[in-house]
Amino acid sequence: MTTTPALPTAGARRSRLPAFFVHLLRLLASLALTFLGLTVVTFCIGRVIPIDPVLAVVGDRALPDVYERVRMELGLDLPLYQQYWNYLVKLLHGDLGTAVLTARPVLEDLMRVFPATLELATVAIVIGVVFGVPMGVVAATSQGRWPDHLIRLTGLVGYSMPVFWLGLVGLLVFYNALDWVGGPGRLDVYYEDIVAPVTGMLLIDSLLSGDTDVFWNAVSHIILPAGILGYLSLAYIARMTRSFMLGQLHQEYILTAQIKGLSRTRVVWRHALVNILVPLITVIALSYGYLLEGAVLTETVFAWPGLGRYITFALFNADMNAVLGGTLVVGIVFIGLNLLSDIAYYLVDPRAR
Amino acid sequence: MSVETSPKPVTWHDWLLAEAPQSRSQARLTRWYANWLALKRNPLAVSGVIIILALILMAVFASWIAGQSPYAQLLTARLEPPSMEHWFGTDELGRDIFARIIYGSRITLLIIFLVSIVVLPVGILIGTLAGYFGGVFDMFLMRITDIFLAFPRLVMALAFAAALGPGIENAVLAISITAWPPYARLARAETMTIRRSDFILATRMQGASALRIIWSHIVPLCLPSVIVRLTLDMAGIILIAAGLGFLGLGAQPPAPEWGLMVSSGRSYLLDQWWVATIPGIAIFVVSFGFNLLGDGLRDVFDPKGL
Repeated sequence: MTTTPALPTAGARRSRLPAFFVHLLRLLASLALTFLGLTVVTFCIGRVIPIDPVLAVVGDRALPDVYERVRMELGLDLPLYQQYWNYLVKLLHGDLGTAVLTARPVLEDLMRVFPATLELATVAIVIGVVFGVPMGVVAATSQGRWPDHLIRLTGLVGYSMPVFWLGLVGLLVFYNALDWVGGPGRLDVYYEDIVAPVTGMLLIDSLLSGDTDVFWNAVSHIILPAGILGYLSLAYIARMTRSFMLGQLHQEYILTAQIKGLSRTRVVWRHALVNILVPLITVIALSYGYLLEGAVLTETVFAWPGLGRYITFALFNADMNAVLGGTLVVGIVFIGLNLLSDIAYYLVDPRAR
Repeated sequence: MSVETSPKPVTWHDWLLAEAPQSRSQARLTRWYANWLALKRNPLAVSGVIIILALILMAVFASWIAGQSPYAQLLTARLEPPSMEHWFGTDELGRDIFARIIYGSRITLLIIFLVSIVVLPVGILIGTLAGYFGGVFDMFLMRITDIFLAFPRLVMALAFAAALGPGIENAVLAISITAWPPYARLARAETMTIRRSDFILATRMQGASALRIIWSHIVPLCLPSVIVRLTLDMAGIILIAAGLGFLGLGAQPPAPEWGLMVSSGRSYLLDQWWVATIPGIAIFVVSFGFNLLGDGLRDVFDPKGL
């Protein structure tokens, strides 16, 4: 927010800042509520599992009094609301419990695996935006003609694709048959552990240490899973861009601009596109969230050591702390993305104020 | 074909396009027919309808089409490539993949059916109640809806499926828990637009109870848009169900569920590609069919098109 004191509208401008904070506070309150709801759900899931957490600690041959004591130590004899409160307090202190598999705090595990997922989803969203937005614009400007139908069909195919299957076929074709890309995993075995982890994202870390061999190897490994995820998000981004653009292209300022003699290209890309940026930000933020989800299945197929693989692996070993911790993290990222897109909406679009 | 009671012979087409319908059922059919005509103009939507009809026929006549049991093992004929005898080849236990795909359509339809009968009533109930009564009640219900709406769907379904234990019923429950909020939203929005109409007021003055008004006057008006939305979501539901199956959290072996079949064929991917790829194509085709139909329906019901 820049303030221009000399103008007569200065008063109106100054009052905008508190309004923004009020808006932000309301937003934060609703997000806090969503977060609470999320914790209630994970708490409930943790409670309805058929696995007895006491048995997991003491084993099934423990004496009854040992069993009782451990039950009390775990706080399982308390009323439910008190158990929930304890759970919430622990969560807010960053304590997600200990993962059975790794014997480390879940939070530590999650921080270790999250960068891999973030890297994958980020490369994917870049692919989705770079191809999806222009496709949507082209579809809108050629509404009802063949480019429009082609792009629509491409999108529908993307919507209908089982991502795990596409991953397998991709590996079969591009890795096994053509050998264009790297196989499963983030690096070839002989490149592993060369680069010291700084951000945890290999593309960045390898560039930081100046190791271009590792960088290109990482690129060859990430391109297929990221391309597949990017295609799925492209479908959504292109469709939404198309419909936003159609909304703009039928408005009178477009006609005015054309009558003034501006070229069609300029009107479309410089006038109409700028006006759809705001809703587009929301769409991109949303699809970024969906990508984190799509990553769960993709990571399983590509042996990608990220959040999704961590969650599924924990699932099969009945490691509920790890599963619920992972679910919470994905949920919190979702909530955070919603917040960011709301703020962006508010800042960019004067009509939202 | 003619209707005897009319003075002049009238074709079904004319009867269905009548400007002034004579009866309630004719009015209803007229509307359906007009929508069908609009849908029929869209070749993509028609192909969607054909795919879905084919799926239903496959499920109904599975035992005739498949020709053999989807469970019959023949260990001497493991992992055989597609041939005249086994159109889609055989899997790691020598079971005919074609027969398993055909029977798998029953599981897919079952999941679709079960999710629909859980999600529609829950969504419509919460939405209409919130929309009709408004106020604090509305705020409370909509907050809950928002909370569920903000959840990542697949991960949530995963966590639920993990907690409830693997199996089709639990997968359906897990999907439903994460799928109802948009319907509640939609039903609420529809209810808000009609609850102030004169005909609702008239019904209320005749002494109809709130529940009666909701059930017999509001719900029928919410249904069309909710069903269109369900068709659009169906592809996503199929994909999540297949994903859960792929991860081993949905249908359990030896059920011929397509996602599960992809997963079990994974180990043979490099040498026996057909075991994993063919069930995946089946998943894609069915979810594509629902997307095509849903896309067409959206054009008919909401021409602005989002």
